[in-house]
Amino acid sequence: MEPRRDPRGALVRPYAVTRGRTEPLQNIALEAVLSCTPTQVAEARFAGHDKYRIASVCEGRAQSLAEIAAYTRMPLGVTRVLVADMVAEGLLTLHTAAPPEGFEERMNLLGRVLSGLREL
Amino acid sequence: MDFANYDPAGARRSREIISAKIVVAGGFGVGKTTLVGAISEITPLTTEALMTAAGVGIDDPSKVPGKETTTVAMDFGRITMAQDLILYLFGTPGQTRFWFMWDEIIRGAVGAAVLVDTRRITDAFAPLDYFENRNLPYVVALNRFDDAPHYELEEVREALAIPPDVPLVSCDARHRESVKQVLVTVVEHAMLRLQAEHGRGFPTPVG
Repeated sequence: MEPRRDPRGALVRPYAVTRGRTEPLQNIALEAVLSCTPTQVAEARFAGHDKYRIASVCEGRAQSLAEIAAYTRMPLGVTRVLVADMVAEGLLTLHTAAPPEGFEERMNLLGRVLSGLREL
Repeated sequence: MDFANYDPAGARRSREIISAKIVVAGGFGVGKTTLVGAISEITPLTTEALMTAAGVGIDDPSKVPGKETTTVAMDFGRITMAQDLILYLFGTPGQTRFWFMWDEIIRGAVGAAVLVDTRRITDAFAPLDYFENRNLPYVVALNRFDDAPHYELEEVREALAIPPDVPLVSCDARHRESVKQVLVTVVEHAMLRLQAEHGRGFPTPVG
C-alpha cells in the first residue's frame, strides 16, 4: 500500500475496485460471518483480483466482514460492497445476517456465549 | 484450535454459524485493545473505515470538522466458542469525534463494557453519556493501572453518577481471567435485562 498523501486519492482509489459504487447490495454487519467452499474459491478466481483475495481469506475458516477487511487491508465500506456482491453471486455464504429476534432465541444465544466464556 | 473450520464435505449443507458481539468502549488510551488482546484467540486486528463524502449513510463526514476524508480505525478480537458460534470483541475508536462510528459498532451487540482509567476519570463521562442514551446493556469496568490512585468502587460510582442498576467491576485489562470476568458480567447483565424486559411485556413473568 502506498502512502495516502492526497485525500482525494484516498477517496478515489479504494472505491475504484467497486467501480465507484459505495452502497452495498445489503448492509452486512461488521460481525456477520462469511464462509467459502473450495468450489466457491475456484469460481472466485474468475471474479477479479479483489474478490479472489476475499474468497481466499474465507477458505477453510469462516470470517466476519471486519476480519475480511482487516486481512485484505481494504477499507470497511469497500469490503462491504464487494462482499455483498459476492454473496449475491454465490461466491460467498453469508451466515448471520441479523441477531436473533425472539426472546427464547436471544436468551439461548446469550446462554451459549456465557457458558462459552466460562469455559475459556 | 480452529473450531470454525469449514468442512468441505459438508459444503453448502454446513450449519449456520452464529456470531455475537461485545463492545469495549472508553476514552483514548484506557486499555481497550489491551483488554481485547488479553482474551482474543487472534492478535487484535484493525479495520479501517474511510470517512468520505462517499460514505454517507454509514459515516457522517459533516461531524468531522475541517476534513473531507479521514480514516477511523477500530480494533477487534475473536473467540471461536464452537463450530457454529463466534464471539467478536470490538473496541470503539477512542477519539470522541468518531462517535458516529459507535452506532454502527454497537448495532446488534450483546452488550458493552465501558473501561475507566481512574487517573483520567473525566474521560469516562462522554462514553458513559453515550450508553446512558442507548438501549444497550452495559457495565463499567475500572482498569486498575499500577500507578493509579485507588478508589473504592462506590466512590467511582458516585463520582461518575453511574446508575445503581449498572454493574461496576474492577479489572486488569492485561489479564485473561480478569477480562473473562468482565465479559461474563456483561453477558449476565444482558440476560437479566432481557428477562426483565420480557417480564414487563407479559402479565405473567416467565422463569
